[in-house]
Amino acid sequence: MAIKTNKAIKISQKHLLGIQDLSINDVNIILNEAGKFIELNRSKNKKLDILKGKTQINLFFEPSTRTQSSFDLAGKRLGADVMSMNITNSAIKKGETLIDTAMTLNAMHPDIIVIRHQDSGACNLLSQKVNCAVLNAGDGRREHPTQALLDALTIINRKKKIEGLRIAICGDILHSRVARSNIFLLNMLGAEVNIVAPSNLMPKDIEKLGVNIFSNMKKGINNCDIVMMLRLQNERMTSSFLSSNREYYEYYGLTPDKLDSAKQDALIMHPGPMNRGIEIDTKLADDINKSVIKEQVELGVAVRMACLKIFCK
Amino acid sequence: MKKKYFINANIIDPHNSLNENGGLIVGENGKIEGIGKKVNTNNIPSREKFIDLKEKYIFPGLVDMRVFVGEPGYEYKENFKTLSIAALSGGVTSVVTMPNTDPVIDNVSIVDFLKRRGRDKSKINIYPTASLTKNTEGTNMTEFGLLQNKGIIAFTDGTKTIQNTRIMTRIMNSASDLDSLIMQHAEDCELAKNGMINDGIISTKLGLQGIPEIAELVIIERDLTLLESIMCRYHISQISSAKSVNIIKKRKEKVKFTCGVSINNLSLNENDIGDFRTFLKLSPPLRTEDDRIGLVKGLSDGTIDVIVSDHKPEDEEQKRLTFAQAQTGASGIETLLALSLELFHNGSIKLETIIQSLTSNPAKILKIDKGNLSVGNDADFCIVDLNKPWIIKQENLYSKSKNTPIENKKLQGKVTNTFVKGEELFKLQ
Repeated sequence: MAIKTNKAIKISQKHLLGIQDLSINDVNIILNEAGKFIELNRSKNKKLDILKGKTQINLFFEPSTRTQSSFDLAGKRLGADVMSMNITNSAIKKGETLIDTAMTLNAMHPDIIVIRHQDSGACNLLSQKVNCAVLNAGDGRREHPTQALLDALTIINRKKKIEGLRIAICGDILHSRVARSNIFLLNMLGAEVNIVAPSNLMPKDIEKLGVNIFSNMKKGINNCDIVMMLRLQNERMTSSFLSSNREYYEYYGLTPDKLDSAKQDALIMHPGPMNRGIEIDTKLADDINKSVIKEQVELGVAVRMACLKIFCK
Repeated sequence: MKKKYFINANIIDPHNSLNENGGLIVGENGKIEGIGKKVNTNNIPSREKFIDLKEKYIFPGLVDMRVFVGEPGYEYKENFKTLSIAALSGGVTSVVTMPNTDPVIDNVSIVDFLKRRGRDKSKINIYPTASLTKNTEGTNMTEFGLLQNKGIIAFTDGTKTIQNTRIMTRIMNSASDLDSLIMQHAEDCELAKNGMINDGIISTKLGLQGIPEIAELVIIERDLTLLESIMCRYHISQISSAKSVNIIKKRKEKVKFTCGVSINNLSLNENDIGDFRTFLKLSPPLRTEDDRIGLVKGLSDGTIDVIVSDHKPEDEEQKRLTFAQAQTGASGIETLLALSLELFHNGSIKLETIIQSLTSNPAKILKIDKGNLSVGNDADFCIVDLNKPWIIKQENLYSKSKNTPIENKKLQGKVTNTFVKGEELFKLQ
């Protein structure tokens, strides 16, 4: 593969903190780069040396399987030295603040820090205190930019475009950083975005972001090209938002019956991990003709490789 | 103390409906001996030296109804000495301190300590409040009568709200019996749970849990409904939304009560939070520009009675955290007047109204003989250069904590001298 460090890549941001900060040009640069890595990841020799000699620290304050392993793999495939730190809640309670942790790590001269944190804006705070680039792997309920980028890449791969598509994002919007990042990105790329959620899980004034809101799922996914399901985030629920999981499934779970109102060739997406039988029918999730959930995971590595390459200076 | 003569000042004293160019005589006992246009060079004995203020303004010393001091328990944030210096630099000569200390001011024995510390360490007038309920837990009432006898000026749970309606009813009944002033922080804690900023497009974008305006409205509506059947001295500490102003305006036609607003909510809105600026994490939260305008109008038309600084010193360590973890509150006593004057300079509110809401109105609610320039009263006043431009800098603040929400803001109008009981305790360098 003839992929080399491209010094001419011009991105407007020093860090990748959220889609909100990116221009359409930035997004196109990232998606374009990511596209080049898809084939590499499917080939026998997956190792490059673009980031040889660079240090990447994965700083995860929240448990994560796919995002962390995806960033881990992406860094290694580009030849970076990758160190993953899992900082559990109990370690934070020992008293070290995020800023102190940042200063400690900064002293080790990393070239890039990937952070996931339970508080919105944690990556912004970190970025102000370190010298290297910071990539946001999810902050509270605010943003998860690489997830949105990989979703966009998946859609482009299948539908060849995003502009003009009708895309429904369904489920626990209130607690979802994936939803927020996707709303910003899909809007920017010219899709029509429908948001489907019970009122208790709909963030205030979200329609001001330029989306259509629905509390009825069939109406919300009517004639849609993409149905993006979100995980019901029980760990973020501080009080009763819903009466029960079974009622939620009845009204907001993606079932073949509800999917009928979407377009015939509609694709199903889910950022994972899935709660089968709560937000999505288990057979639909595995339906290779409709579900692109596995492809999302696959392209996630390519998107993260692109981000690491572009932001690592 | 030598007798002092000031002439050629613009004097505003809303309590005495005074707004004229004139002079001020401070007697040897620190009391006001003469005031107004009749005090001029023609009737000052020739042997006496006088100070020509060259049309600078004289206001009564400000009365700030909502101030947090760190004593006891949080002395590293602010003590009586630093509070006193900070207050004087802002023209504030009387403060009402909140009971949210460690331990909480909820019993008679702590009040003695507080009064002694306030007297020994500060040069301003300290009016301590006690909590409405033991340890501000919202369940058991404190001894309003006994605490009042010891010198407690009012009762409030400070940063907390009485959630239980039955308890609130009993508090109002007791306050009615004992003529106690109760001050409610109006926020339904269940609706505001884990909330950090105004619930709206900004909270949605930033991914921060919002505090809906209805959290304030339901408590105000509940308390005012109770007040219709249980008359007592009731004051809403601070309101934050335009809807609250409308409700209060209507209710004031039927029932007697008062309400305040923080200078922060009058001057800033939720957009100022920008990129997670924790210094603007406040309670009540900053809301929309429409809300801010509504509050300014409410102050202008008398719906809102007082402006407070809501001075809540927090050390830097408590603010250098993620937004969720950062402490709530802003330092503000030093900038209360200058920030209020911005509302005059930009034509939003009349100068007399601003000064009234900072002096005579709070004094009237508290039933103290402060915030006025009546002959025979303590000469507590400040001299203000109304047009002097200056810039807020953390390093120039006198308060022990530097958590100002308006760092680098350009202001117009500065206190040049502050007097308490006739003694000059602050002079601008």
